[in-house]
Amino acid sequence: MSQGDQGDRPTAEELASSIETSSINKQRRYFLIGATAVVGGAGVVGAAVPFVASWVPSAKARALGAPVTVDISKLQPGEMMGPVPAWRGQPIFVLDRTPAMIDRLEADNPNLADPDSTNLEQQPDYARNPTRSIRPEIGIYVGICTHLGCSPKYYGEVQPEPFDANWQGGFFCPCHGSRFDLAGRVVKGVPAPDNLQVPPYRFVSDTVVIIGEDQETA
Amino acid sequence: MAEVPHNQGGSKVAAAWTSFIGWVDERFPLTETYEYHLSRYWAPKNFNFWYFFGVLSVVVLVNQLLTGIWLTMSYIPSGDGAFASVEYIMRDVEFGWLLRYLHSTGASAFFIVVYLHMFRGLIYGSYRKPRELLWLIGMAIFVVLMAEGFFGYLLPWGNMSYWGAQVIVSLVGAIPLIGPDLMEWVRGDFLMSEITLNRFFALHVIALPLVLVMLVFVHIVALHHVGSNNPDGVEIKKHKDANGVPLDGIPFHPYYTIGHDLPAIVAFLFVFCAVVFFAPEMGGYFLEKPNFEQANPLKTPLHIAPVWYYTPYYAMLRASTFPLFGLTAKFWGFVVMAGAIVLPAALPWLDRSPVKSIRYKGMFSKVMLGLFVISFFVLGYLGTIPPSKLATAVAQFSTVVYFAYFVLMPWYTRVEKTKPVPERVTMR
Repeated sequence: MSQGDQGDRPTAEELASSIETSSINKQRRYFLIGATAVVGGAGVVGAAVPFVASWVPSAKARALGAPVTVDISKLQPGEMMGPVPAWRGQPIFVLDRTPAMIDRLEADNPNLADPDSTNLEQQPDYARNPTRSIRPEIGIYVGICTHLGCSPKYYGEVQPEPFDANWQGGFFCPCHGSRFDLAGRVVKGVPAPDNLQVPPYRFVSDTVVIIGEDQETA
Repeated sequence: MAEVPHNQGGSKVAAAWTSFIGWVDERFPLTETYEYHLSRYWAPKNFNFWYFFGVLSVVVLVNQLLTGIWLTMSYIPSGDGAFASVEYIMRDVEFGWLLRYLHSTGASAFFIVVYLHMFRGLIYGSYRKPRELLWLIGMAIFVVLMAEGFFGYLLPWGNMSYWGAQVIVSLVGAIPLIGPDLMEWVRGDFLMSEITLNRFFALHVIALPLVLVMLVFVHIVALHHVGSNNPDGVEIKKHKDANGVPLDGIPFHPYYTIGHDLPAIVAFLFVFCAVVFFAPEMGGYFLEKPNFEQANPLKTPLHIAPVWYYTPYYAMLRASTFPLFGLTAKFWGFVVMAGAIVLPAALPWLDRSPVKSIRYKGMFSKVMLGLFVISFFVLGYLGTIPPSKLATAVAQFSTVVYFAYFVLMPWYTRVEKTKPVPERVTMR
């Protein structure tokens, strides 16, 4: 554990005392240090820009996120299409609700965290209604749980399920047990904070829908 | 030359060696470093079983670096190629299966030895003054290690890799306001994709290993500056002989290197190799079954569980099911999980006991430590099973116990009755 031989080198204290402290212009020194730090800091921030910016979705990723066209002509009432490999690579649920299903939505309300879709970020304005859709029977939702991004499963039947003895039909996320009704509205007291996202979409015809493009407001 | 007697030749070699070392020492502190860290580093003579795990973590780190470098030689970090290249390593690369199993088993072994190493710190008060900074550096290593394991787990591009990473990246989305944008920035895409895989690969094979190795170096420098703690929690530097050598200290080399650590390394490698050769998947705990299927963005596995070493924290994340103070349950889950991971960093300031080692602490400390360990194991188990009402309730209770160990520590370490601490270390 040798301390290392310092030899004849002056210690820091000796060095300091050899300089006449009165000859130092401290204000000037602090100004120079400060100015150098500010300019250098700006340089570091500038240099960080390309590194940080290179992490945002690239042009290729954005191009792959273009709108997709889905043909719903074969979808039967009460059935769900999907998850279809749709918009931005995320699973999309396309649901054809029977009139009985739509009637049941009203009864769900007391058990829901946000029955009236007050969180405006979870759906476009044209889908802010009791069925959270453009056409009452056709529900289109991003099949990603708003909790931690798992894909919920569709349990459309009204029957006791292992996770809920009084199940009224809807979506159940196997990862952390979040539940949603048939309009993608989240049930109270589950980990998921928000209703399922409604993607922007518009109908080209009765049976063809484009997901990823907003309906024209007119 | 052939007539020269043997001993004379030997002394010539020895003289050449001495002069060579002298030449080096004038230009680099070789002998000084060797003495400072090995032959004249005075370690307490009463180290026991718990003191194996520091050196064992270095052994595992070397294993991870070596096998990791070799794996990158055959691995392809692309969406189409990653899963297939792991299959290729397993089937077609000579000894590729061995390199991969050494690496995957090494990941689990890393956490086993590090958890035991940290537990040693808890029982003997190794975080107490003057070792606070040593403990903080160790905590930094722990956090980086968790990140390293997380990034590495995505690379095989199996379905569990994919969805496990999706769940953890989504945690970022819990941060109010900037969450969703930050999540997109981390992934570099609207979903987990090849782009995400590529950046995780870069972080896993170069960025974090560099940080890890530097932190381990700093950890050892700090340790050798303050000196090792010991099972009695007494400072051996208080009693020195005329030469300034602690009376209860023995040279780290050769006493601990050859006499203590080498047998431990051999024993460890026996167990490690047994797992590598006979149970590399460890019944789905070291390598999870859904990961033998390629990543599928449209198909979530029915039950997502992280690898066992994250499950205690994962269980705490899931245990947060209700909103509080106007913030969502999701956000609180994130806070609870992150808090559970970083809270041990506060230990040096939470522990107010007049003694360091559990040997001389009172009943409260022993009971709380016992409960803490039980809660950690219970949470670890709960994190591996699907959520249910009962499991969530038990997890919530265990989370409270886990936090109580830390939060109540300033109180129970102060009020309890401690035993007198001996002046010198004891050999038992």
